[in-house]
Amino acid sequence: MTGREQFETDLSDIKEDIMALSNASVDALRKAIDALYNQDLNLANSVIDEDKRVDKQEHAINDQTILLIARQQPVATDLRRLVISLQITTDIERMADNAKNIAKSTCHLGQDHRLTIHPRIKEMRDMAINMNETAMRAFQYEDVSIAGKLSAMDDKVDRLYERIVSDLLSETATNPEKIQYVMQMAFSARYIERFSDHITNIGESILYLVKGESYKLN
Amino acid sequence: MTNAPENKQVTITNTIEPDKEDKKTIYSIDNFNLWYGDNQALYDVQLDIPVNKVTAIIGPSGCGKSTFIKSLNRLVELVPSVKMSGSIKYNDKEIFSPKFKVEDLRTSVGMVFQNPNPFPKSIYENVVYGPKTHGIKKKKILDEIVEKSLKEAALWDEVKDRLNENAFGLSGGQQQRLCIARCLAIEPEVILMDEPTSALDPISTTRIEELVQELKKDYSIAIVTHNMQQAARISDRTAFFLNGEVIEYNDTDKLFSNPDDKRTEDYITGRFG
Repeated sequence: MTGREQFETDLSDIKEDIMALSNASVDALRKAIDALYNQDLNLANSVIDEDKRVDKQEHAINDQTILLIARQQPVATDLRRLVISLQITTDIERMADNAKNIAKSTCHLGQDHRLTIHPRIKEMRDMAINMNETAMRAFQYEDVSIAGKLSAMDDKVDRLYERIVSDLLSETATNPEKIQYVMQMAFSARYIERFSDHITNIGESILYLVKGESYKLN
Repeated sequence: MTNAPENKQVTITNTIEPDKEDKKTIYSIDNFNLWYGDNQALYDVQLDIPVNKVTAIIGPSGCGKSTFIKSLNRLVELVPSVKMSGSIKYNDKEIFSPKFKVEDLRTSVGMVFQNPNPFPKSIYENVVYGPKTHGIKKKKILDEIVEKSLKEAALWDEVKDRLNENAFGLSGGQQQRLCIARCLAIEPEVILMDEPTSALDPISTTRIEELVQELKKDYSIAIVTHNMQQAARISDRTAFFLNGEVIEYNDTDKLFSNPDDKRTEDYITGRFG
């Protein structure tokens, strides 16, 4: 195997690891929202525990990327590819942190809050998961046209978030004694909104990789 | 210069040398072609070498880098079968014009080669060789030239107490800096460097690179290098040659981060060459 072929293999391995990490963060979000709706504290705690593995994997990918930069001294697209690997890995780790924070909110809510979890939080989660699939497809194929779709998708998540927060504010007016519980729900929606923002960052990284310039998607 | 092949006309233009303060370009190369016998080595080379900047020439082996740089001081003419067309202007004067004295060019344009090539003489004699050839005889002036040149070449502190020792006793890196000092002793405007660090260890390479950064304050430098990281580190502009053509000539920052031409990208990322 030539040096270049070895480098291509190493780049490909990093890409696969990043996509696996992305799947782990989405899995964490899915479980965290399920735990929120089902008041499943065991599931919420497992999401919190699983986050340590995501952190560990983030460090492993970063170490591998830095080693590759030192070994290959890449330039141009190769360098950008490795730089965005570091950025995307950080974004995914933050996405998993947001899932963990939702799990923590579920634990704060406990099992006796007797509130109906806002039905559209689930919808927000599905939108975020859909965004992530789009981002990973753009990442896999280094496709800027796919990455560009993330902007509009993120706008929809933001609008739904505002709607949910508005509903929850009304809830606090009718049930002021439940404000701490309602706030945990609002936080959860906020965490999904942040989750989506990080996905948009991934889209921006892909645009930077392909075009060599910085672009804003949100 | 020798006659260009059929249908190729040499452009010869003489103009008054502009005010040094105002000029930004030391060399203007326009549609320059070069043949070794029937083999064309350079095709329509067109680029300007800026004043007080470092211009790197990169490209795979056999792409014409060294031929190009040796054209700038007409060293390439020493090859008997060489033919050229087009124009190379130094300070707006056509260097291949019959009116242009090659001696003047070689005085203004110093050159440092791949392997250090000190003369088998003392350190002192190596440095004063050029000035003596130009008729400087006074010991006091020669002493000043030696000190100034060796200081500029960042070698003075290492050799000031053994100037009369044979230059072959110096390390490879020191010998190369001595060659740079020898080149500086004739007070050139331009320094051409043909892979000046390829025979040196990493520490000596770093010293030469630091030196190049210092020297560009006073000199215009063109450097051929196979070391891409070196070009990225020390140059302001980079020209990428491939099969005798300039594929891309760009700001170094741009060329190594986001080149305009895919062939440049493929070369600098190691996909060929």
